[in-house]
Amino acid sequence: MDISRREFIKLVAAQSAAATAGVLFPGISFGAWEKLDLSSGRIKWKKTPCRFCGTGCGLLVGVAGGRAVAVKGDPNCSVNKGLCCVKGYHSIQVLYGKDRVTEALVRKNDKLVEVPLKEALDLVAAKMKETIKDHGKDAVAIYGSGQWSIPDGYVASKLFKGCIGTNNVEANARLCMASAVTGFLTSFGLDEPMGCYDDIDHADVFITWGNNMAEMHPVLFSRMLANRKSKGHIKIIDFATRTTRSSQASDKSILFRPQTDLAVANAICYEIIHNKWVNWDFVNKHVSFHKGKTNIGYGIEDHFKFKDKAETVDFEQFKAFLKDYTPEKVEKISGVSAQDIKYLAALYGNPDKKVTSFWCMGPNQHTRGTWINNLIYNIHLLVGKISTPGNSPFSLTGQPSACGTVREVGTLTHKLPHGVVMKEKARQLAAKIWNVPVTNIDPKPTYHTVEMFRALDRGDIRLMWIQATNPMVTMPNLNRYRDGAQKEDRFVVVSEIYPTPTYDIADVVLPSALWIEREGFFGNSERRTQHNEQLTPTPGNTMCNSWQLIEVARRLGYEKQFPWGRETHIEDIWNEYIQFHDNPKHRMAPYKVLQARSGVQWPFVNGMETKWRFNPKYDPAAKGEGFDFYGKPDHRAWIWLRPYEPAAESPDSEYPFWLNTGRVLEHWHSGSMTRRIPILHRAVPSSYVEINADDAARLGIVNGSKVKISSRRGSVKMPASINGRGIPPKGMVFVPFFDEKHLINEVTLDAFCPISKQPDYKKCAVKVERG
Amino acid sequence: MPFFSYLAYPKPGAKQALLNDLTTLDHCEVMVAENEEILILVTDTADEKKEKELQKKLNKLKSLQSLGMTFGHTDEQTKDRQKE
Ligand code: SF4
Repeated sequence: MDISRREFIKLVAAQSAAATAGVLFPGISFGAWEKLDLSSGRIKWKKTPCRFCGTGCGLLVGVAGGRAVAVKGDPNCSVNKGLCCVKGYHSIQVLYGKDRVTEALVRKNDKLVEVPLKEALDLVAAKMKETIKDHGKDAVAIYGSGQWSIPDGYVASKLFKGCIGTNNVEANARLCMASAVTGFLTSFGLDEPMGCYDDIDHADVFITWGNNMAEMHPVLFSRMLANRKSKGHIKIIDFATRTTRSSQASDKSILFRPQTDLAVANAICYEIIHNKWVNWDFVNKHVSFHKGKTNIGYGIEDHFKFKDKAETVDFEQFKAFLKDYTPEKVEKISGVSAQDIKYLAALYGNPDKKVTSFWCMGPNQHTRGTWINNLIYNIHLLVGKISTPGNSPFSLTGQPSACGTVREVGTLTHKLPHGVVMKEKARQLAAKIWNVPVTNIDPKPTYHTVEMFRALDRGDIRLMWIQATNPMVTMPNLNRYRDGAQKEDRFVVVSEIYPTPTYDIADVVLPSALWIEREGFFGNSERRTQHNEQLTPTPGNTMCNSWQLIEVARRLGYEKQFPWGRETHIEDIWNEYIQFHDNPKHRMAPYKVLQARSGVQWPFVNGMETKWRFNPKYDPAAKGEGFDFYGKPDHRAWIWLRPYEPAAESPDSEYPFWLNTGRVLEHWHSGSMTRRIPILHRAVPSSYVEINADDAARLGIVNGSKVKISSRRGSVKMPASINGRGIPPKGMVFVPFFDEKHLINEVTLDAFCPISKQPDYKKCAVKVERG
Repeated sequence: MPFFSYLAYPKPGAKQALLNDLTTLDHCEVMVAENEEILILVTDTADEKKEKELQKKLNKLKSLQSLGMTFGHTDEQTKDRQKE
């Protein structure tokens, strides 16, 4: 068939839509269009996970002449079944920004100048040696990312924890997922969701907790809407602190005052018990009750320490604890009417309805993040709605491999790829697989992310290597950490793809290969590991983050631990890494299987994926009747007594507004990639502050006028948005953080959950003035 | 030259109306499912400005419930650091 390039692309576009429709509506027919021939071979289509959010959509990238030229959703990927969002469709353009970093740079006379890559790698290794010699092994640190490919995080952990012997390994997932992890560990003893996205196709009710899925997980939200449309009876309830696109598309929007989700969750449990909706069969067999410490602080001071202590209690004590949380009492705290609390409880309590709860940053970026995760589990556990299709408390992840690289590989100070550094058995296993003396692995964790940047400021850490993340936009209370990173005697290495505010403070910049310019793996929110091969050539002297680490490791004398060849190292790393998870609770799929499929869910046992954990019908590790919560020594899931405690900083007469921060659909995190994609940049070219129309009128602010937002830590000026895509209630403003021209994190507070150490980006007190 | 394809969901009972609406718009090609309440829309605009104009028109269609994008292609070059 001889057709023009334009006609060809249109045909591909049409066929892509037809293929997607075929997955969503089996048997659908479009007549003659489907028979159009696309076998011209001009474009080769290759699978990859999307580079952006934690949904983990499968993409097919069209490659022609060594360049990625088009994107379509992968109909073979069960995550998105051929659909994609606007970020996914434009993702390949991120490879081709004009100011791509393609050469190494070293700061000389206060200017970054291009140098041969070898010289930069030599310098990084020399500086690491010198710093360790002068200040000890805990003076060097690596700060990575939930956007690291799995091998990157794995070699970083092996180098720093196994070889150098420091636990100074952290990743930005501490800022987005740590409370989810501690929530899972405290309630179930094992990390990551028990359910999967198939829950969307089985649930009757969806309750989203502080989670704007329409913008943050748009493909999953579309799946919910498609189910509602085709089935008719499905309800979506948006429970949040501001009105968003998700609220608008939901059947009901319920707003609560910041931090009071804790009280509402307890009130839902109160109502479930009060109305005798408890699933006693489930509770008696599979649940135990516990309480921990209270008044646990906020971590605002340096060297803050906290350790929780679990005490076993019984159901009667739980019931007595809930007396403070009657719907009427909680209405006063939360602003949610008693009627709406009862409505939510009735949805959870109805034995004929399957309920899935979704949440992401709202409950996680919370000074009581672990607690609110526990409390949502409490609700599901009381009614036994868990680990079965459609009944799912589902903690979504933000980044494409926060689960894969950070939670599974364990790139956090206290973690190893299997287990924690404090446990001797875990250290022994790591030492054996890593081929290092067990004494190399320090049994004491060092710094979580906020404390790591405080240590850099104080001078306890002198050298930090940052890969695949942009902390000079994303750290809360940013002024302190930027000043700290630039102090004399601090040495910052940044592996980057574009100039960013983090690049601006670097002493060495290493040019990184991006996403499909290298082979790698991501792990998404539903325990799905996804492989991509290298699809396009690496530009200039860019190098994948794994190989940068290996080059430096070898210069430090660890050739024996990093023996792999450049061509095969990703496969070799995978084969070594999966030895850590070689048990039925967490077995990962072999390399060849991942190469062939559009993602595989772990545990992968006897050639089968596990869709629902803890349920013997689906999970080979679960034993016995009904359910087996084998992560806990008592084989039960734990209900926790967790009270409502106020936020670290609340509005007062001087700073009378809540500041809430977050993202928008079009931009990925700090915007360093999506702001270089013209269509996305033009859709939302700069940040803004959402303000309620009544507050704006009172302050004389109109749409677009400059507004100054200040806290005790800093201030920023930006245009106002009134009745835009998000509408905060009176007394709250919302600012997206993607824009390096308006650094809202100079205003935010570095308070964190004392258990997870994850900062709360959703609540601090600010003043709002005409700018 | 931006190209996109979408699954276009009509408002209840508005499949024919949506087909009529979409076929009258420039830069749009439509195909209708024979046995489901859904259409495929392929758009092909000359540049970003035209694309935006089309998006505005699509947003105003009363017969359209929602669009789910399934393919995207633009020839446009990406820019450098977006600083003021
Ligand atoms: S929903 Fe997330 S993973 Fe899917 S295409 Fe959009 S950004 Fe990518």
